[in-house]
Amino acid sequence: MTLLQQAAGFPGAHSVLDPTGPQAALIKERLWDPMYGTAAVTFALVLAALFWAAFRRRRSSEVPDDPARERGMRVTVGLATGLTIVVLFVFLVIDAKVGRAITATPGHDALQIRVTGHQWWWEVQYRDSLPQRWVTTANEIHVPVGRPAVVELRSTDVIHSFWPPNLTAKRDLIPGKENSLWLQADRAGVYRGQCAEYCGHQHAKMAFLVVAQPVDSFADWLTRQRDTASTPTDSLTRRGQEVFLGSACPMCHAIAGTPAGSRVGPDLTHLASRRTIAAGTLPNTRGNLGGWIVNPQSIKPGAKMPPNNLDPDDLQALLAYLETLR
Amino acid sequence: MCLPFRNRENLRRIRIRGSARRLALASSLLLVLSACEREKRQFETWPPSAAASTAVREVELQPGPPTRSVDVRGPYANNAFGVSEGKRLYNQMNCSGCHFQGGGGIGPALMDAEWIYGSAPENIFETIVEGRPNGMPAFGGKLGTDQVWQLVAYVRSMSGLLPKDIAPGRNDDMQVRSQEQATEKALPQQSTLPPSGERP
Repeated sequence: MTLLQQAAGFPGAHSVLDPTGPQAALIKERLWDPMYGTAAVTFALVLAALFWAAFRRRRSSEVPDDPARERGMRVTVGLATGLTIVVLFVFLVIDAKVGRAITATPGHDALQIRVTGHQWWWEVQYRDSLPQRWVTTANEIHVPVGRPAVVELRSTDVIHSFWPPNLTAKRDLIPGKENSLWLQADRAGVYRGQCAEYCGHQHAKMAFLVVAQPVDSFADWLTRQRDTASTPTDSLTRRGQEVFLGSACPMCHAIAGTPAGSRVGPDLTHLASRRTIAAGTLPNTRGNLGGWIVNPQSIKPGAKMPPNNLDPDDLQALLAYLETLR
Repeated sequence: MCLPFRNRENLRRIRIRGSARRLALASSLLLVLSACEREKRQFETWPPSAAASTAVREVELQPGPPTRSVDVRGPYANNAFGVSEGKRLYNQMNCSGCHFQGGGGIGPALMDAEWIYGSAPENIFETIVEGRPNGMPAFGGKLGTDQVWQLVAYVRSMSGLLPKDIAPGRNDDMQVRSQEQATEKALPQQSTLPPSGERP
């Protein structure tokens, strides 16, 4: 799977079995490993008993319906049933304890991130006491390594579910209700997350990346994201900006520093700094972006973005401009 | 003869019952067909920059030989999915900023019987694409033709002009008006042009 992702140009690991955070580690070490071990041992025991029963030779002295034998069998079945109940009850207790440990509130220095689910992409916002320092991005969550982050989950349309398997458990995003969870990455890297609650046509193509980076480079990233978009310097990118503002784009998209400020679609202020487009559907390359702009419905049928019939020269200028949005 | 009918009267009754059954079958098939259109989802659509003026006509009459049939009703008049998309766009494109949830405020009300520029789908299409004097912006080139048709269908549902099984039945968020499905049909009346609507 990882090989396949790398071959397709997708960064990011996506596995419950490779935990990078304390919560995912709890799930794996306290729940998955013991359950897997117990299930494997039980399976082996059941198979052994089955084979023993199937292949054992019946002794000629055996009497059918011998009361002593019947009693012995009853005791065996009773013991096995009792053992099963005990094992399941132990797991119930472990499950509740792990659940408590995962949801326990982290310390006060936690980073606050607001994630809003839309059909079919993720809006990510880093808030600040000063609104002009807010950072809005899409489908890519950056976190500093070793520092817990509280993720506030909201939805604007239907129920989605936030699930980065390497980092933490799932949690639903419910319209009209605020949920939250926290996560922490202990290793730098790019981890993939996915919507885990069926939410319509493109539920499968509603992915996001969690980019865990060292504290310094995270701070740099956040500072750069606070900047407004750079003003176009040459004639091509200037034309690209005119195309952007003059077409249907600003009806839904925002670019800070320009009159485009709509919040319907993903914020494009730092589009070129993101690794994927269309919520993890395609790597963010010029060709993919061009194809996406001209006809998103051929890539992600049902996506809320309409097709755009742009003049080839206009499209090239627009792409050149979008590539400057680092 | 051991037929279940003994006289002509019985025979006639059975014929009637048979044709009634056939009628019931045909109408249920028709219902299924109309249900298809109700739930149909068309994703490949016209881009916003495709010339909107060729997409809608006020009349079917045209000079020269007939080229193509012109649909002046719009593709979403019987499509519940299209109407719900129209409802989403109504809020996202800020129609609600002036018309509110149909009661009007800055712009005229859309849930009443009064229409200044006509209640027919093609009239509403033109109002959205070309705008109207004193306030209504022209959305031509900013919205795709199909998106405008979705809006047209939703705007008509606000005053009960769509069939009840097509109009939206619930809100995604707080309900600020009775649902479109429960809106009684307001028979369209031509309103006189208010002074604010006259061309300068």
